[in-house]
Amino acid sequence: MKISREDVVRVAELAYLDLSEAELEMYRAQIDEILEYIGKLNELDTANVEPMAQVLADDQTADATLREDVEVPCRDAVEILKQAPDPEPPYFRVPKVIER
Amino acid sequence: MAEKWTIGSVREAIAAKKVSARELAGEFYERIAARNPELNAYLALSPERAYAQADKIDALAAGGKPLPPLAGVPIAIKDVISTRGVKTTCGSKILENYIPPYDATAVERLEAAGAVILGKTNCDEFAMGSSNENSAYGAVRNPEATDHVPGGSSGGSAAAVAAGLAVASLGTDTGGSIRQPGSFCGVPAMMGSYGRVSRYGLIAFASSLDRIGPFATNARDVAAIMQVIAGRDANDATSTTAPVPNYRAEMEKPVKGMRIGIPKEYFGTGMDDGVRQKIEAGISLFQKLGCELVEIPMPHTDYAIATYYVIATAEASSNLARYDGVRYGLRVDDASLLEMYRKTRGTGFGPEVKRRIVLGTYVLSAGYYDAYYLKGQKVRALIARDFREAFTKVDVIVTPTSPVPAFKLGERTNDPLQMYLADIYTVTGSLAGVPGISMPCGKIGGKLPVGLQIFGPAFGEASVLQLAHAFEQAGGATL
Repeated sequence: MKISREDVVRVAELAYLDLSEAELEMYRAQIDEILEYIGKLNELDTANVEPMAQVLADDQTADATLREDVEVPCRDAVEILKQAPDPEPPYFRVPKVIER
Repeated sequence: MAEKWTIGSVREAIAAKKVSARELAGEFYERIAARNPELNAYLALSPERAYAQADKIDALAAGGKPLPPLAGVPIAIKDVISTRGVKTTCGSKILENYIPPYDATAVERLEAAGAVILGKTNCDEFAMGSSNENSAYGAVRNPEATDHVPGGSSGGSAAAVAAGLAVASLGTDTGGSIRQPGSFCGVPAMMGSYGRVSRYGLIAFASSLDRIGPFATNARDVAAIMQVIAGRDANDATSTTAPVPNYRAEMEKPVKGMRIGIPKEYFGTGMDDGVRQKIEAGISLFQKLGCELVEIPMPHTDYAIATYYVIATAEASSNLARYDGVRYGLRVDDASLLEMYRKTRGTGFGPEVKRRIVLGTYVLSAGYYDAYYLKGQKVRALIARDFREAFTKVDVIVTPTSPVPAFKLGERTNDPLQMYLADIYTVTGSLAGVPGISMPCGKIGGKLPVGLQIFGPAFGEASVLQLAHAFEQAGGATL
């Protein structure tokens, strides 16, 4: 077994994801099978291979295409706040996080 | 039979005042009203916006002014691509009522080129799936065989074009999500090179892989859309400054002498006999066109699915952290902030999205990062090297798009790993960042379409389109 029930509980906690008992067991079994399959990557010797995070050439990466750091006003603020479940313009309101 | 419009025929008819852009938009809305209840290809329509744009085009035509390249062309947009003022759900309950305050650059460019945006198309939730059955708003049916899936994740975009409910559409491809549904529905479907088309306004799934690209009724129309949406955008740092060639001019060049790589790794076990037969016929057609066939090794092909499901889920777990019930989308209330997060995400996300968040968080977590994520990134480098080395010997690579034709609705939903394996021939090009197209290559038993995939080197879209066009002109679609 690659992944235990405790692993899934821990990962769901890291991801702030509520999972039911039935979901926990279903995902554990399915992900176990997927990880078993992913294990085939260990057939390859990659000791001397550089990891590839993205495919663009050096002269095409974000570093090469960054714009000047110029301040641009946000014109959509009113529209953006309208999409929030509980807006209090100009803020997003959340349940209280600091206890006195 | 309703008229089969192309970009060229729409533009000509509007210029000659045989039809107005408004009438044409109306005709497509009638078609959608008749066919969409069965197919479920569209999730939302945007008639107000479409008619306003159509009227602008009609005013140009009335004044005898030159028409832009996509004048009056009715186009559908996958629901993971932002459209100002038009609901964009990503096929998810967590964004059920989300209305973007801005347009994706690709959408903005299509409209600036005269296109009429008809509405938003159904897709697997957050583009995660290969059958469109992971949409929170119901599956899409394949117009060619309505008890079959249209493929995914851009199933609605593929089905809309296949059923004549749009002249072209935009989809997104992360592991095969444009090419595979294009194959299943029998329509040309293209993913440009990573960095070719701006992703500003594309709601992210896996950022090192996600790309926007077109579905259309022929290779010329695919090229016409690519021409409009390709090119540098200051709002997307991963969009490159590489010049965009004139695709329409390049694709008319003769293909005689073109070197086509055929990798034996794409013709292995698990491939449907009908698919094999059609693809072999397609390859013979290239020989008749005077192309040179070259056997090439792609030794890491078999590791692509495993690599993809590490990298894509890792990136997804990070990207989807933004759905927190605070700034947009669903909120499930609770007195505690952390409980509000957990409940909102547990309620709002569907099963496949949760599965990928759990897997992606796991492969990034302390103690597993090196074994899975770093290993995946290293094997990705090997897969990209396979492509680089192949393109020192050949101009393009030809493979099947999918090992199987469209499968029946419900047939694979209980086995995620089997579903993932449907992308076995498309994820390689996604990981390597190269462009690819799926072209119709006949139908098995006259019913289920087969797709032939053409890969080109990075920023070699012109060669891909050139060969696709020659294949289509030689009768590839009716093999």
